[in-house]
Amino acid sequence: MKVYFRTIKDLPGEEYFGPGQLTCAGCGPSIAVRWLLKAAGPDVIVVNATGCIEVTSTSYPYTAWSIPYLHVAFENSAAAASGVESAIKVLRRKGILDTKARVMVIAGDGGTYDIGLQSLSGMLERGHGVLYVLYDNEAYMNTGIQRSGGTPHFAWTTTSPVGSKLKGKVQRKKDIMSIVMAHHIPYAATANIAYPIDLANKVKTALEYLDEGPAFIHVLAPCPPGWRYPEEMTVEIARLATETGYFPLYEWDHGKIRLNPPSNAHLDKSKRKPITEYLKRQGRFAHLTEEDIKEIEKEIDEYWDYLSRLVKAFG
Amino acid sequence: MAQLLPKVGGIFVQAEDELAAINMVIGASVAGWKAMTATSGPGFSLMQEGIGYAVNAELPLLIVDVQRGGPSTGQPTMPSQQDVFQARYGSHGSYEIIVLSPGNVQELFFLTVDAINLSEQYKTPVILLTEEVTVHLWEKIYIPDPGEYPVLPHYTPSSHNGEGFLLESQLHDERGYNVANDPEQSAKAIWRLINKIRNNIDKIARVEIKYADDNPRIFIASYGCTARSAFAAVKMLRRDGYRVGYLRLITLWPFPSQIIRSKLGDVDTIIVPEMNAGYMAELFRGLGYNVISLPKLGGEMPTPEEIYNTAKGVAP
Repeated sequence: MKVYFRTIKDLPGEEYFGPGQLTCAGCGPSIAVRWLLKAAGPDVIVVNATGCIEVTSTSYPYTAWSIPYLHVAFENSAAAASGVESAIKVLRRKGILDTKARVMVIAGDGGTYDIGLQSLSGMLERGHGVLYVLYDNEAYMNTGIQRSGGTPHFAWTTTSPVGSKLKGKVQRKKDIMSIVMAHHIPYAATANIAYPIDLANKVKTALEYLDEGPAFIHVLAPCPPGWRYPEEMTVEIARLATETGYFPLYEWDHGKIRLNPPSNAHLDKSKRKPITEYLKRQGRFAHLTEEDIKEIEKEIDEYWDYLSRLVKAFG
Repeated sequence: MAQLLPKVGGIFVQAEDELAAINMVIGASVAGWKAMTATSGPGFSLMQEGIGYAVNAELPLLIVDVQRGGPSTGQPTMPSQQDVFQARYGSHGSYEIIVLSPGNVQELFFLTVDAINLSEQYKTPVILLTEEVTVHLWEKIYIPDPGEYPVLPHYTPSSHNGEGFLLESQLHDERGYNVANDPEQSAKAIWRLINKIRNNIDKIARVEIKYADDNPRIFIASYGCTARSAFAAVKMLRRDGYRVGYLRLITLWPFPSQIIRSKLGDVDTIIVPEMNAGYMAELFRGLGYNVISLPKLGGEMPTPEEIYNTAKGVAP
């Protein structure tokens, strides 16, 4: 990524995601959107999938959005954004509209990993100049905490309950970045609300690449009611996700993979904090046994092994 | 469901979307196990292709649509009865389907079993069409012991003389052979699918009628949650000395025209309160009655007082 912002003071003072929203206290996704829009600036059109951010930011007679905003439905934000981007292209081509506006999708994990995967893939494959931002709070929180393809292994949700037969989600978290990278788009990256400068630089970098084709950013955004932790701990938990190696920060830039700080030091496992530091703070993992935690650790190690091989091959 | 089904040997699967949900249910039904799915309006729209497939492939399965306010995700947390025609003909092509409308929580339980039984008996998808307000209601219910209430076995399409199994989406004759390119056979195939419902309306359709003993010339007719307000209104009218009858559609589709005509006799006026733009009122109008439609949109149920006041204006 290019460095546009070095410190928090470099970020614009303007707020494009304002008050008049109904998110829960300590909402990770709303923090994500605030940073996203600051980095993107005013010349952006947001296409939002159904989800927490949609229902909490558009409640009549209020709106939290000070930039053009379109919500269509759950499964189709990438398709709707493809249409918006195509129309702008035609309007520019015919000299009807002189705009440099960028199109940005903001969608949750349900709208991306699950029901929206087909339209995301279509948009990436056709090469629309759209930045797709996934804010990942790892379940369908808006409808009462149902598991999604983004929910991690062993996490409690209402549809991956903990009891005598089941101990949370049976399956592992879907590797959405690998799916996106397999489309060989110009730019894809992970980001985390606990690292706003990294996030802002990635957003700006991605927007600059849109003339070449699509870009994708996967932002981890913790959810106090869904992950079951006190709301003042959102940023701390988000930071621990990266510090423990659970959610590595890295980017795919024109076929090259690069680990970003602090994850660039984490190929060495001893540099990562123990995974229990991340897990023990969250009620959704309260039922885990020592063996379960070992299993999660093993999965994270496997993922890092996979990442290190990717870095070797595409670094 | 996620918590309870594993305990009784069942399987709960959360689908990635409603296209997957309806097709999973289709797969399970074909493979030999009863299956159902539940959704609300937007998901019901996504399921329409699968519903048409299940009609054509003659697969027993159950879809529950908990109606919220539309169009689109118009009022996603509020009740409505706006999907009554989508439930009837939402998928493309000519077909008939069975749609049941429970009026309370106890009936949600029994009509779920009845709906699955009907789907097995007529080898067709059945839709349980209810409303947000009914499914979020807490009421005491009676749950029968196993064996106490009739439950039909699951029907699975048979293999061809034990030699193999083929099921696909085009029209087929009684033996399962594709007849899509044969106009005569195709027409016969569609009519067979339609008539297995139309010719059995008397056996399928159920109507609840009360306060009819003194041959009232005015009836309030409704269904689902709205029928509760209608019933309260009829009781208020009776208390105040008005001769008004009560009719509730338990089966919306096939529409029980003959049953209504034979039971209502010389009725002049039918008042139809419902939470849509007056869809079912048209059906009663088609039977030749003078119909006062009371459509209510916006997410609130019609109140007994609203229905009472309308009825009072026309009651003798």
